[in-house]
Amino acid sequence: MAKASTSKSGGSKTPAQLTKTSTSAAGENSFTLKSLQEELEQQKRFKASKEQLQHFYEQMLLIRRFEEKAGQLYGLGLIGGFCHLYIGQEAVAIGLQSALNSDVDSVITGYRDHGHMLAYGIDPNVIMAELTGRAAGISKGKGGSMHMFSTEHKFYGGHGIVGAQVSLGGGLAMAHQYNEDGGLCLAYFGDGAANQGQVYETMNMAALWKLPIVFVVENNQYAMGTAVKRSSAETEFYRRGAAFRIPGMKVNGMDVLEVRQAAEIAFKHVRDGNGPVLMECETYRYRGHSMSDPAKYRTREEVQDQREKNDPIERVKKDLAEAGVSEDALKDIDKAIRTTVSEAADFAETSPEPEAHELYTDVLVEEY
Amino acid sequence: MAIELKMPALSPTMEEGTLAKWLVKEGDTVSAGDVLAEIETDKATMEFESIDEGTVGSILVAEGSENVKVGTVIAVLLAEGEDASAAPATAPAAAPEAEPAPAETPVAEAAKPEAKERPADPEIPAGTNMVKLTVREALRDGMAEEMRRDPRVFVMGEEVAEYQGAYKVTQGLLDEFGPKRVIDTPITEYGFAGIGTGAAMGGLRPIVEFMTFNFAMQAIDHIINSAAKTNYMSGGQMRCPVVFRGPNGAASRVGAQHSQNYGPWYASVPGLIVIAPYDAQDAKGLMKAAIRSDDPVVFLENELIYGQSFEVAQLDDHVLPIGKARIMREGSDVTIVAYSIAVGIALEAAEELAGQGIDAEVIDLRTLRPLDKEAVLTSLAKTNRVVIAEEGWPTCSIASEIVAICMEEGFDHLDAPVLRVCNEDVPLPYAANLEKLALIDRARVVAACKKVCYAD
Repeated sequence: MAKASTSKSGGSKTPAQLTKTSTSAAGENSFTLKSLQEELEQQKRFKASKEQLQHFYEQMLLIRRFEEKAGQLYGLGLIGGFCHLYIGQEAVAIGLQSALNSDVDSVITGYRDHGHMLAYGIDPNVIMAELTGRAAGISKGKGGSMHMFSTEHKFYGGHGIVGAQVSLGGGLAMAHQYNEDGGLCLAYFGDGAANQGQVYETMNMAALWKLPIVFVVENNQYAMGTAVKRSSAETEFYRRGAAFRIPGMKVNGMDVLEVRQAAEIAFKHVRDGNGPVLMECETYRYRGHSMSDPAKYRTREEVQDQREKNDPIERVKKDLAEAGVSEDALKDIDKAIRTTVSEAADFAETSPEPEAHELYTDVLVEEY
Repeated sequence: MAIELKMPALSPTMEEGTLAKWLVKEGDTVSAGDVLAEIETDKATMEFESIDEGTVGSILVAEGSENVKVGTVIAVLLAEGEDASAAPATAPAAAPEAEPAPAETPVAEAAKPEAKERPADPEIPAGTNMVKLTVREALRDGMAEEMRRDPRVFVMGEEVAEYQGAYKVTQGLLDEFGPKRVIDTPITEYGFAGIGTGAAMGGLRPIVEFMTFNFAMQAIDHIINSAAKTNYMSGGQMRCPVVFRGPNGAASRVGAQHSQNYGPWYASVPGLIVIAPYDAQDAKGLMKAAIRSDDPVVFLENELIYGQSFEVAQLDDHVLPIGKARIMREGSDVTIVAYSIAVGIALEAAEELAGQGIDAEVIDLRTLRPLDKEAVLTSLAKTNRVVIAEEGWPTCSIASEIVAICMEEGFDHLDAPVLRVCNEDVPLPYAANLEKLALIDRARVVAACKKVCYAD
């Protein structure tokens, strides 16, 4: 803006100069496309206390073991339909959701949603029981793996249509703004969903209305079986907000501390009333797209390489060792989590199916 | 503890598969993620990974075995320090006893919610002042009253604010309620339908205007997959009190893409309320009910009746019941069932029939979902003849649904086949003469009524 007023007072500038000056004034100066990334570059990793670090480890490990168990139960025919596992991507949900203000902020995601629910500390029993389609499931067994919600935690699903959660998230953000509750919406989607048109319709409106929303692309490299480079002209997803003047951030989604640090920066930007942020978390899904994925589109070596060199849980384990947490303490955590998960599986296997009359309930809220 | 490895189900439909190849042998040490075997499913060859670490104890199903049932123990994995003798003696390759299928619960008829008597319209007290209002004004007044009553209610859509509404239905709302509650959107139906739906999930009461319902085709995913199904899928946790409204059906000379009745489309979806009023009183009272409903509502207006005036009771808060049809004209010889613009055509037809000695009853469905079956069946029991007038295509229409209801539940009362009078089964043409030929009119309704009365 300063430059614009200078050019006005200058008076004698040529039209070309004027155009140039005003473009730059309205453009680069007020456009913070890269500022958040620069802030992240200054300090990449969140300075977690030993307790925080240990908590991250526990939560990530819970997701890992829960998902492994879900895979087993699927193999035994106890879980039906589609089942999308989050193994490998744990640091994204934990890094981001640990930075939320859970009293006001909302979260919405797609169908790969078990991890995001566990990140809230929601009882694994009711999540697993939903996977097995039991009455005790969080959606009474009527939603399944892809359709789970906890309005109590402001977790709004769990959506099976690729990309739909992004515009729904825009609406949740609008509700935060309308109610002036100071909250923001965290809307996750994948690299596949990033090619849906409604994502950009939403980015446009979110930027236009300065909605408090953080768009998070969980780039796990494959949209089902299609590698990013085979589906996307611009593979750097964090740049895709540029057309809407939305600042982008590229984050190592395999490092929970980097994700958490990025969350701190992005959330502050949004809470300060600056409108949306687009964050790309580069991550990797170890398992298939869903349980019936033959995984012929990538090599086994590629997956092994990620597991061995880039595993988010191993990374935290190292950090914990450096912080002086003993191997034995970690083993105790591991043991406790295995117990929790195996109890959840037992619960999910033994609790009863929904009663027949539930077929007709919850179609409408009211009676007409 | 030794772990039994069972033949996994690797797709939603797999019941058995071929154990194509073992990639480990007895005594091998494996860790999580190692591929143990290749299994051919009904769809593909899949790799079977180890989830645990340990030593392969015994392999119980040889490679090349076909039709291995899901759940069969195919190998045993030993934990650290165990030897093969510690493994439980597992009967090789025995498929587990098929679990007794749970007693097939027939969908108990008793569990089915019974259709119940719906409340009648609230009475209009004697001496109430009646004013002439256009349907356009009535809709606007209904919205404005609800916006005054509930701060969560807001309107969004293309040209709803500064332009005052593409069809002037939102005229004056911006002035009274300001830009926070009367929001102009870009031309981006999919996006703003999703935002409106999400805002409803977040606790607001959005009214999403589509300039016409033809454009809602770009947004229909949110109406059906996001709005209609979420309450059910969440086990009743997540509400979505949104109203999608706008003009629906044929307008005038705007061609095929801008002329279509979506009533039957939305009315086929459980989880939605679908309202399609005819006159101003119903437009206002049902708009108020739609906004107050905790369920997602599709509110279908009609451009050609926006400008028509009707008597409206001047009452503070006249909310009409959703799901209740209205008898527009009583008669004893034949029932004409209609909704939206076709109600006017049905009333004209009834006038003409009266001149020919046929006394027609006209029912305005008003709500298409839930449909007021009782009103139709009660009238059928009285007149024994039904004609449906619908400004829309005949195939899979509301008319088809009414025919089915009459057959299934009113057959004994029928003295003649139920007839549908709908538009021609073609995209709507532009040429004036062809358009006229394609749309229903009074003459066709009259002819059908005479036919079922055997008077032609």
